[in-house]
Amino acid sequence: MPDELLTRSGAAGDTGQEAGRPVIELADVCRDFPSQPPVRALAHVSLQVGRGDYLAIVGPSGSGKSTLLNVLGLLDRPTSGHYRLDGTETTTLREKHRTRLRGERIGFVFQSFHLLPHRSVVENVMLAEIYTAQPRAGRRGRALAALERVGLTHRVDFPPGRLSGGERQRAAIARALLGGPSLLLCDEPTGNLDSRNTEAVLGLFDELRAQGMTIVVITHEQEVSERAGRRVRITDGTLLEE
Amino acid sequence: MDVRDLIGEAVAGMLARPVRSALTTLGTVLGITTLVVTLGVAATAGNQIVGRFDELVATAITVEVPETEHVPLVEWDAVDRVTRLRGVVSAAALAEDKDQANLSVRSNDLVDPARVTTQRLTVLAASTGLPEAVRGRMVLGRFYDAGHVRRGDRVAVIGDEAARMLGVTRLDAAPAIFIAGRAYTVIGVLGDVRRERNLRSAVFVPPTAGRRFGLRDVSRVLVNTDLGAAELIARQAPAALSPGNGDMLQVVAPPSPTRARDQAQEDVNALFLILGLVSLLVGAVGIANVTLVTVMERVAEIGLRRSLGAARRHVAAQFLLESTLIGLTGGVVGASVGVVAVVAVSAAKEWTPLLDVRLAVAAPVAGALVGLLAGLYPAMRAARMEPVDALR
Ligand SMILES: Nc1ncnc2c1ncn2[C@@H]1O[C@H](COP(=O)(O)OP(=O)(O)O)[C@@H](O)[C@H]1O
Ligand SMILES: [Mg+2]
Repeated sequence: MPDELLTRSGAAGDTGQEAGRPVIELADVCRDFPSQPPVRALAHVSLQVGRGDYLAIVGPSGSGKSTLLNVLGLLDRPTSGHYRLDGTETTTLREKHRTRLRGERIGFVFQSFHLLPHRSVVENVMLAEIYTAQPRAGRRGRALAALERVGLTHRVDFPPGRLSGGERQRAAIARALLGGPSLLLCDEPTGNLDSRNTEAVLGLFDELRAQGMTIVVITHEQEVSERAGRRVRITDGTLLEE
Repeated sequence: MDVRDLIGEAVAGMLARPVRSALTTLGTVLGITTLVVTLGVAATAGNQIVGRFDELVATAITVEVPETEHVPLVEWDAVDRVTRLRGVVSAAALAEDKDQANLSVRSNDLVDPARVTTQRLTVLAASTGLPEAVRGRMVLGRFYDAGHVRRGDRVAVIGDEAARMLGVTRLDAAPAIFIAGRAYTVIGVLGDVRRERNLRSAVFVPPTAGRRFGLRDVSRVLVNTDLGAAELIARQAPAALSPGNGDMLQVVAPPSPTRARDQAQEDVNALFLILGLVSLLVGAVGIANVTLVTVMERVAEIGLRRSLGAARRHVAAQFLLESTLIGLTGGVVGASVGVVAVVAVSAAKEWTPLLDVRLAVAAPVAGALVGLLAGLYPAMRAARMEPVDALR
């Protein structure tokens, strides 16, 4: 495994990535939706996720899991409270910087993979770099290294449509890994997989975890949450450690 | 974001649905083709028209004199009054008899006893200014003059084509021709006729001679004017030719040269320019429509790109570039088809194709512009999308 996937690029390497510092620090975060009636999707959520943690967020439908993930992924802003990512206070950041931080620090893994059907696997992975400051040179090599990490070297030039569900999710994970994020944010990553492919993806998470990757997984599958080192339950927007 | 990546993404987006993209370009192709063909053919045709008009037609006036029972409408000496008008270069009166258009003309047996020399030729009585009036020149001998006319000499001038048919090649032996059995001395051969070219095979006699076989009254007056004077002379000539009865004469005058050219271009242009612009508009609406549909279909892709760090402007730029590329493709194809069409039309008409290089460059640019404008709204919609909603 090449070193460059574990070390961060210099551009973002200045803010609190020392081992001791938590990757995620949520402090008293609320997220209110001004709908009729108004909904408090997150209620005074405080959470710390250390480097190398493997956290599962569980909870029934409508409890606020996706809202929490959106806040963690800088796709949404909390109504109140603070969120530090890698030591950077994000709630007061300009949109431009949040977007940049999102691209560089967070790797998303979605339930429905979100692979572009007309691109090959390696092209899909390479996509993760085009909005970052990474130079174009060596991009394919870095993408191939990420694919090697997820065990997909035999499928690099396939279109996603010819991959199994498990392979597709591994391709998506390779894309999330490219650029060496601080955090993998996974929303129901095995929701579309059968048990055998679920097992393969969970095995991959175990490996990444062993390599020091920080992983946050939203799931309602016990099989998945049991593999995580740590579990939190969210009920009606309130977080409880298990 | 690197511009090469942006272009790469836009091209990939366009090629992801090649048939749709190709169909989307059609409106632009049609519009640009129409515009290029219109402007190209108009320029080419306009060039031809201008060339011909400037040379001849713009300065040529013909006055037709209807037949009357008693007093002729135009006397033979009236031509002198026309010639004196300011702006008139030359003028000549002709008498043609429709019934006796073709008379039997035989050349002197002495010329060449061996060949058949009897021909049916047009015989006209013409005033002395004829060679200039038909913009020809005497290739042999001379034209008859006022003296010949006054004396009623039996002399004739023949067109070069008539000379060839009658076997007249030289005049030093004073060859005679027989018109309706009467002998006339050929004193000149008129050639290089550029106006009324059918007169090359005619025989001309002085009005006093023509009277003998029924060519009595002036039936037509040919007038040549200075460039730009045709319009004025066309108004003045009838009164000069036939004081008091000018309105009975028919004047065939050319449109003024600039009008002729402008009109030729305008006629072609106005209609087809509108057609082309309408096609372009339809093309733009088509691109806008399809791009909007594409945006809606690619909501998840937009969400993904935002999650990968794409800013709103990156998303907007990609869709804008995709629609611009579609427009550009339409412009390039349309310009190519248009140029080929202009060359084909020119070849068919034996014109020299006149293709403005600027047009060949401007057409694809226009196509790209159409695509760009058409992409504005869809791109804005794509950029405004919230990533959270797009990923739901
Ligand atoms: N954009 C929104 N506007 C209004 N209410 C919302 C919005 N998004 C989520 N909610 C509400 O917030 C609560 C939590 O939603 P969500 O985070 O999607 O739950 P989960 O992912 O656990 O199913 C739900 O009651 C949901 O209806
Ligand atoms: Mg959810």
